[in-house]
Amino acid sequence: MKGMAEISIHRRIWADKLFKTLIIVLSLCSLVPMFLILFMITKNGISVINWEFLTQLPKPVGETGGGIANAIMGTLWLIVLAFLFSVPLGIFAGIFLSEYRGGKLAYLTRLSIEILQGIPSIVIGIIAYVWVVMPMGSFSALSGGVALGIMMLPVIVMATEETLKLVPDSLREASLALGVSYPRTIMKVILPAGLSGIISGILLGVARVAGETAPLLFTAFGSPFMNQNILKPINSLPLTIFNYATSPYPDWHTLAWGASFVLIAFVLGLNLITKWVTKKWTVQF
Amino acid sequence: MNHTIADVAVPTARSKITLQYKRVVSEASFRKILYLAGLSLLILLVAIFFSLVVASLPALRQFGFSFLVGKTWDPVRGEFGALAFLVGTLMSSFMALLIAMVFSLPISIFLGEYFRQGNVSTFMKSVIELLAGIPSVIYGFWGLFLLVPLVRALEVKLGVAPQGVGIFTSSLVLAVMIIPYASSIGTEVISLVPSDLKEAALSLGATRFEVIRKVILPYASSGIFAGILLALGRALGETMAVTMVIGNSNFLPKSIFSPGNTMASVIANEFTEATGSLYLASLIELALVLFIVTVIINVLGKLIIHKMSARK
Repeated sequence: MKGMAEISIHRRIWADKLFKTLIIVLSLCSLVPMFLILFMITKNGISVINWEFLTQLPKPVGETGGGIANAIMGTLWLIVLAFLFSVPLGIFAGIFLSEYRGGKLAYLTRLSIEILQGIPSIVIGIIAYVWVVMPMGSFSALSGGVALGIMMLPVIVMATEETLKLVPDSLREASLALGVSYPRTIMKVILPAGLSGIISGILLGVARVAGETAPLLFTAFGSPFMNQNILKPINSLPLTIFNYATSPYPDWHTLAWGASFVLIAFVLGLNLITKWVTKKWTVQF
Repeated sequence: MNHTIADVAVPTARSKITLQYKRVVSEASFRKILYLAGLSLLILLVAIFFSLVVASLPALRQFGFSFLVGKTWDPVRGEFGALAFLVGTLMSSFMALLIAMVFSLPISIFLGEYFRQGNVSTFMKSVIELLAGIPSVIYGFWGLFLLVPLVRALEVKLGVAPQGVGIFTSSLVLAVMIIPYASSIGTEVISLVPSDLKEAALSLGATRFEVIRKVILPYASSGIFAGILLALGRALGETMAVTMVIGNSNFLPKSIFSPGNTMASVIANEFTEATGSLYLASLIELALVLFIVTVIINVLGKLIIHKMSARK
């Protein structure tokens, strides 16, 4: 009897150890793709990066050299447009959600946000096409900005709501007790108290849309020129990567690796800054 | 020169009244602005749905339900059936989900139970965050240059047509892409399991493995299911990475290695070239189907998660 019990205890301990090892091994395995991606992009991309690559326009097939200046500028333009479409509305909606927490409309709004966040980006692209490109009759930076703005919106609303919820009621009550009006209390007391959270939400939103390609395929469309007119098609980094990567020319593949390196550096840099902002700047209550 | 009390008091009182009046008005309008901002998001969502319906009306009228079961997609003859894309989407997403689960469940247990704090956990969490932040076009690019040759070599060994691109390749890329998402939800629900339950089992002499198998996983099962569901929603709508490695064939896939197309990838491929209103409307109807499916999946998944966090 005693022997049997001992064997079964040994077996149980052994199973426990085996399981833990399995969990650790499988978890570590899933890190492999990330290192492969970062390694390949750094290896193939970093040698392409130089001043010319960052400041020149692309050259036609066959000619070596050429850069991605138009794509970098285009991405920045699109981000500015998306920012304008999403940030004011997003912050106000976030204030609404944190101020009217229990209301019926707040519930529906929150549900809409969660649904909006799950809509595939290609569907958002089609919506921007139907709403902006079709009536205006041409692909444009504006329509790309609308698409990216819709994608950024949920991130900003959620970040604003989450941070404002954490601002203690005593701050609001103190402000109201001093005779400050409700709008001023919100704009001058509550909002600044949650500023770091809102800013990190905006940065996260920008990082999310900076790499988006699908919603731009038939809105911003891409363009080989440096374009400053928001009613004309505009290029972006992800579009450039897509077009170059799927082309049959090895020269262009090299350019795509370079562009990928720039894009990854930009997106990951934004993520790091966001972390830093949240860490350094959060007001402790 | 001497002011009486009345001289001074009257204007001040009046200005006070106007001030208060202004304040009431501005407060009311401020509240209205907040309401409008909240309402506009609801309107945005409804408008997206109706725009998709209206824009796909020509196709809805022409094909009706047969759009979803029609096998031929022939823009030249104006025949549009989406069955091949439905099958392609389901095959690639479910395979991706299976592969992703093998890794995301261990990560969830790793982060939610074994290493809840400390350097290992911080490192793992930042790596996963990093993975989640990589744009999908870069996943596609990476898949095209690393996975496609690997799959081609595998296909040569297995004796199937060595194309490299295809549904299997796209589900590999998709799996890598949804692992971060699925595992972060899994970690969250596993760390929601109350510690008194775990401690009770441990004090009865259960090993860590037995606690995980008999207490944690049953308790977290609905949340884990929700995580899988939400990851599926992601996989269904993922466009760029899939478009780059799936091979873009509009025929019904014969095996997991054949090239195909998903609903999202066919839109990405053909939308700018679509001539004729029926062609365009058919592509938009695909988007409508995608929209409805992802909305249902997301609402369901979020509901389960909310219920689970409320139970605590």
